[in-house]
Amino acid sequence: MSSLLDAYAGVAGADVIRHLRQLAAPLKGARVVHVNSTRVGGGVAEILTDLVPLKRELGLDTRWEVISGGGEFYQCTKGFHNGLQGNRVELPAALLRVYEETNAQNADELGAVLNDADFVFIHDPQPAALLRHFPQRRGKWIWRCHIDASHPHRPVWKYLREFVAGYDASIFSLADFAQPLPHPVYLIPPSINPLTEKNMELDPAEIETVRAHYHLDPARPLMLQVSRFDRFKDPVGVIRAYHLAKSFIPGLQLVLAGGGASDDPEGEAVLAEVQLAAQDDPDAHVLLLPPDAHRTINALQRIADFVLQKSLREGFGLTVTEAMWKGKPVIGGDTGGIRLQVINHHTGFLVSTPEGAALRIRYLLHRHERLLEMGRKAREFVRENYLLTRHLREYLTLMVGLTHGMQDRINLG
Amino acid sequence: MTAPNTPDVFVVKDCALAAIATGRRAQNLRELRDHLVSIHPGSIYYHFWGGLMHPRFDEPEYNNDFAAWARRALHDARLAERLGVIDPADYTELEALRQELIEVIEERIDEREYQTWARPDQQFHFVRAQTVSFDTGRRIAHPAELATTVPQLSLGSIFYHLIDARRREPLGTDDFRAWLGQFGDTYDELRARLGEVDPYFVNLVELRQKVSELLRGYFGAAA
Repeated sequence: MSSLLDAYAGVAGADVIRHLRQLAAPLKGARVVHVNSTRVGGGVAEILTDLVPLKRELGLDTRWEVISGGGEFYQCTKGFHNGLQGNRVELPAALLRVYEETNAQNADELGAVLNDADFVFIHDPQPAALLRHFPQRRGKWIWRCHIDASHPHRPVWKYLREFVAGYDASIFSLADFAQPLPHPVYLIPPSINPLTEKNMELDPAEIETVRAHYHLDPARPLMLQVSRFDRFKDPVGVIRAYHLAKSFIPGLQLVLAGGGASDDPEGEAVLAEVQLAAQDDPDAHVLLLPPDAHRTINALQRIADFVLQKSLREGFGLTVTEAMWKGKPVIGGDTGGIRLQVINHHTGFLVSTPEGAALRIRYLLHRHERLLEMGRKAREFVRENYLLTRHLREYLTLMVGLTHGMQDRINLG
Repeated sequence: MTAPNTPDVFVVKDCALAAIATGRRAQNLRELRDHLVSIHPGSIYYHFWGGLMHPRFDEPEYNNDFAAWARRALHDARLAERLGVIDPADYTELEALRQELIEVIEERIDEREYQTWARPDQQFHFVRAQTVSFDTGRRIAHPAELATTVPQLSLGSIFYHLIDARRREPLGTDDFRAWLGQFGDTYDELRARLGEVDPYFVNLVELRQKVSELLRGYFGAAA
């Protein structure tokens, strides 16, 4: 057995790895290409960083390609992102033209790689328009939507649907996120990698170094939200919840830690709003971290007593999964994939307002034994359901399924 | 004593499920009923059994998705209880299970004077399963080997042989019992004990553990 899969067997179990090998056997040698728009920052890049080497170890000839574009391209695709999440955005024809031209240029560069692949996974809207440049493609093309597209701004979806409808299949993280499409719509929640710097066990000394570096007091309670500085993550709402709770628990500390992804031009404006809301409070720490600050985020999640993810809209919410893996209960927004992970009173609490979050903050800090119990349940829930091995299994199942038509039952012998 | 034919070697298989959205959704009970009348049987299967192979909290309040939705989205505790008690293991045919669901829902529609609507973001989404099964290469020649083999099986194998088997011929039984039946009446007692294991209220880890203990107890005592 190879070392990477061996390492996974240690966390997920040897039977899980054996299962993956057998499922992958009929796909051995298949040429698989994943395409997205950024190699660092954001959940998609993280998932691909983990998934691609594992597919290779299972014998699939897997590549990861990244498309490139200019400022206007990313401005346009950020508009798509917001629009798919339900924000009313107007996208001028000139920006849409840049989007299509950028995809055409990338199609030229990726030509043979995509034409000859057996499976092409296109992640999110940025490279979605590539498909139309490959009329002679020989493999199956799958559009993977990581965004909550349950209530999209209709003009945005109408525009994107024209590109997406021609794919052989699509994948959404949850049934609620899916849009009707004229091809099979698979449902695959994402996952975390327990072996990466972001999720691995850390030396206590390293954790203490991070605590000291950010001047966090070990004697006082700490709450944390890790997310991009994005309005849908409601960082200002988190600060409000913190202020409401702090009037009852004066020692409370808050860390809002986030970074920017290279495809997110709005981050700076939101960060400025957050800094303004937190400026008069020395216990509210706003940290702008570089995209590779994985160990720092890991340490902060372990330092925190509990974690918030008070999103107003959320794709899946991998930061929730990460926190739960570290045995922390999560107070999460009642939306999207957070609902799948935060089971009220078991692994955390679902809230709809800053007031609701403040109430649950006070509860957790007054019921320490419940906090610990919920944290234990949260970790086991992730172990069973949201590790990378489960994610990989579902990708392999989809690939086998697509090569056998849409039969209900496929018997590989 | 029944004269046994030469029994086959037991072929250990494994399986994985892909969840596929049907695009059909319900926001109230009438819509749920209307979809249930014609929905693909694989969707009914998925909403009763699929939770065992897909992410779900291990201590769910209700064991099927219909009951959970009635409680959480429609806030109809009475209906949730009635749906929650339906045990799919009691039904050898999915069509019979479909009819039972429709009966319970229609009864509730008749009882209520007004219709409750779920919030738009809490609609019931009909999902169906695509099952991929494959040979693990493992074989069991004699029933006593079950006691050492079952504890090592993957959860996919447990699902395939103990739950998915009920949809395959012979209907309504698991693969282990069907295989043991090839040995005439030699293992009738073991088959009866296996038949008493209720797979509906445990997760797959617990199911594997229960069956393993049962097999160890049986073959340990026999030895």
